[in-house]
Amino acid sequence: MSTDINNFTAKDLITDQEVRWCPGCGDYSILKQVQTVLPELGLKREDIVFISGIGCSSRFPYYMETYGMHSIHGRATAIASGLKSVRNDLSVWIITGDGDSLSIGGNHFIHLLRRNFNVNILLFNNEIYGLTKGQYSPTTQTGQVTKSSPYGALDHAFNPAALCLGADASFVARSMDRDPLHLRQMLKRTHEHQGAAVLEIYQNCNVFNDGAFEVFTEKTTKKGNTLFVTHGEPLIFGESNNKGIVLEGTTPRVVDLENTSTNDLWIHDEQDRNKANILVRMFDNPSDDSLPRPFGVFYSENRPCYEDLMIEQVEEVTNKFGKGNLDALLRGKSVYEIK
Amino acid sequence: MNFSTEVKEDVTIMFAGDSGDGIQLTGAQFTDTTALFGNDISTFPNFPAEIRAPQGTVAGVSGFQLHFGSAKMNTPGDELDVLVVMNAAALKVNLKNLKKGGIIVANTDGFDPKNLKLAKYPEGVNPLKNGSLEGFKVYEIDVTKHTKSALQDSGLGTKEAERSKNMFVLGFIYWMYNRNLDNTIKFIEEKFKKRPDIIEANLKVLHAGFNFGETSEAVGTRYEVKPAPMPKGMYRGIMGNQATALGLIAAAEKSGLNLFYGTYPITPASDILHELSKFKNFGVKTYQAEDEIAAVCAAIGASFGGALGVTGSSGPGIALKTEAIGLALMLELPLVIVNVQRGGPSTGLPTKTEQADLLQAVYGRNGEAPVAVVAAKTPSNCFDMVFEACRLALEFMTPVMFLSDGYIANGAEPWRFPLANDLKAIPVSFAKEKNQGDKFMPYLRDEKLARPWAVPGVAGLEHRIGGIEKEDITGNISYDPDNHEKMVKTRAAKIAGIASYIPLQTIDQGAENADVLLLGWGGTYGALRNAVSELLAEGLSVAHAHLTYLNPFPKNLESLLRKHKYILIPELNNGQLVKIIRDKFLIDAQSLTKIQGLPFYTTDIKNAVYAILKKHSENLVCN
Ligand code: SF4
Repeated sequence: MSTDINNFTAKDLITDQEVRWCPGCGDYSILKQVQTVLPELGLKREDIVFISGIGCSSRFPYYMETYGMHSIHGRATAIASGLKSVRNDLSVWIITGDGDSLSIGGNHFIHLLRRNFNVNILLFNNEIYGLTKGQYSPTTQTGQVTKSSPYGALDHAFNPAALCLGADASFVARSMDRDPLHLRQMLKRTHEHQGAAVLEIYQNCNVFNDGAFEVFTEKTTKKGNTLFVTHGEPLIFGESNNKGIVLEGTTPRVVDLENTSTNDLWIHDEQDRNKANILVRMFDNPSDDSLPRPFGVFYSENRPCYEDLMIEQVEEVTNKFGKGNLDALLRGKSVYEIK
Repeated sequence: MNFSTEVKEDVTIMFAGDSGDGIQLTGAQFTDTTALFGNDISTFPNFPAEIRAPQGTVAGVSGFQLHFGSAKMNTPGDELDVLVVMNAAALKVNLKNLKKGGIIVANTDGFDPKNLKLAKYPEGVNPLKNGSLEGFKVYEIDVTKHTKSALQDSGLGTKEAERSKNMFVLGFIYWMYNRNLDNTIKFIEEKFKKRPDIIEANLKVLHAGFNFGETSEAVGTRYEVKPAPMPKGMYRGIMGNQATALGLIAAAEKSGLNLFYGTYPITPASDILHELSKFKNFGVKTYQAEDEIAAVCAAIGASFGGALGVTGSSGPGIALKTEAIGLALMLELPLVIVNVQRGGPSTGLPTKTEQADLLQAVYGRNGEAPVAVVAAKTPSNCFDMVFEACRLALEFMTPVMFLSDGYIANGAEPWRFPLANDLKAIPVSFAKEKNQGDKFMPYLRDEKLARPWAVPGVAGLEHRIGGIEKEDITGNISYDPDNHEKMVKTRAAKIAGIASYIPLQTIDQGAENADVLLLGWGGTYGALRNAVSELLAEGLSVAHAHLTYLNPFPKNLESLLRKHKYILIPELNNGQLVKIIRDKFLIDAQSLTKIQGLPFYTTDIKNAVYAILKKHSENLVCN
């Protein structure tokens, strides 16, 4: 599509830098979907900024012909907070991984969500440290054998979406590298949200954690193990859309649609925080009788963005006291003259 | 009554009592009145380390020291002439600093058995009664009783009445130094606008204190301290942290940028945040981040967006910011880092002063990571030097560390403040167009080796920067060995080149070729100046130079140093500047250190100079 404001195409977003991810890495797909979606968002290319931390995914800004900063480990969120504080006109995209945002950068991550800066956070979750060659991360499954856990990881894994809701994120969604269509939809929704939007993207690291999300992405198992939620629609999944989710009290249960009417199913409501909390807790390890893993927008809430509140406060104070006068400031309240 | 009046050149007074006794307010009032009278002043508050230390105990003593006189007052004073104590604990803590023959004004009510016990005097011992204060002039006044009787018809409750005790003391001291009450009367009327009964009570007690001096038999002497010959002009009082805040706002105004201050609460830097957060009508954005790292990173983000990004902290916080400062110097973005130094290492002595972060400032990062470093020498000089830090950061696209310390940050002095028009503009130009054919090269440098500042929002200048080594000119990632060496050398040359854009070093006092040159830096200025004044008056061949630019040094520093026979470097650390001077110039500089969380006293410095002169007396005579 092309209108006046959309002065660029996906091609214009490709830089002269050689993309250096391992062949087959899920990052390639994500890069492609981002480059595809951006020109459709009504943004000017010069107003887009990508900021990343450290890790495989954090090379992303070098491959985007926009403004960008590849910063230090875990701090992209903190840097973006400062940038947004002074430039609410920019479209800021934070590229981070599970180690970058949930381990070393955990503190900045939750505080950004609480403050609700209007930014888009793409959290590439591959459940492993790739760039440092294969150590377990805060999202690695308990017991998993990795380079640094030859006898199995002891750590209890984070549930990123639940963590985000716990930190009062105003928008939480999940998608995956292998579902380009859904990923593009979610990227758009992430952008459209006014506030801190987290999009967790399951990303396959085919070198150090190959197949971590296979059950959700492979044709044969995907339908039975994934649940794509849409606002206002009943929760339906299964090989032939033959299963649904009902809420019994606060407990979700899988039902067969042969016996249950879709009218009785849990209808997804993005604005319902309580239900979102239940939804993101559908986090079982896939098995025959487990709940499916949800994808889509889990929660979305409108609340003031921090950078706008900052501006409002500056305006309020300026209205009250008048625009600052440097001479008056330097004089202070009590002066005297030596003659 | 008949009084004798004694003329004094200068006086150091300490007001001390419980945190609840209104000591800081009393000190501040005496300061203001004395400034108006035309004396020069230097002050220093001494807060208890704990927020609510138990009343009446030694840990709960709050103090306010001020030094005023008829000449330039360079420090809040070493030894006290007058010690005003509201209770026994206050006497216990401060007596050691009182001069022989000095005056003690004691509130006897604060020396009752309960207070003596809280101050941990042995059972039955009252220092006012046991002869231990022989050699001092002691004025015992039952301040509480006098205050209550002044207010007996006021209708105020005992508690509320007792709160104006400090006004009695203030009134008495005003009488002692022959000061006018007008300024404090005005202050009280303003402060308690909404409580006429409180105004009346305070004024009554203030006058009662003054009249007590007039009528009491006990006090036979008043003192006269003539005005100081200060340069003509408009003055105000200023504290170091306040000056730092004003300097930052001034630099933002003079560069046409918005100020962003990212910080995290830490002693003794927090007052800069408190001060800046009041001035949102200057477009100032203060950001109290979740931690020290976030604070500096947010400032870097703000700089990337075209604001004046500043972060502030003290030593431990600076340690946490280290990696991000390295990032800023790789990104070559302007960033000002304020370090109000305190006693270290680790948590150290949060409320005490020290100059032990100089090596951290100059060298304390991974890799070859030079940043510019400047330091303030007095409370009001914080304004000038933080303004300079901003100028250098913006002109050279680099992080600049501004060093203050707990002593000058909380100290105060009269300040002949500048007019906005007298402050030099800081030119800032954002990149607007491509700089190499049809391309934009983010690391193409100007004559100062600064790269262009291209902020998001300008079409055609889209570019990426990052912490990985970058290729010269293009800024692309580069692992090329020669390129890395070149970039390291270039970043170093950029910082070294700043030397051409800062003032030459001058001698503060003394000859250009003295026997002993004292080379100081930062907050020790006042103490060194006093010592050198006295040594010069004694006819000794000494001089004093004081550094405010620490990396790079002024261009002429080496030649200036070489003209003197012996170099002595006094520092409140274990010898840091001395290492750098020896390293840079192969000069055999001697070190004088003090690491007690306290400032230098004049005698510390004079004794060290005497020792050098004595040791080398033969050489010096031969010459
Ligand atoms: S290590 Fe894994 S995540 Fe990193 S680039 Fe290679 S495949 Fe991708």
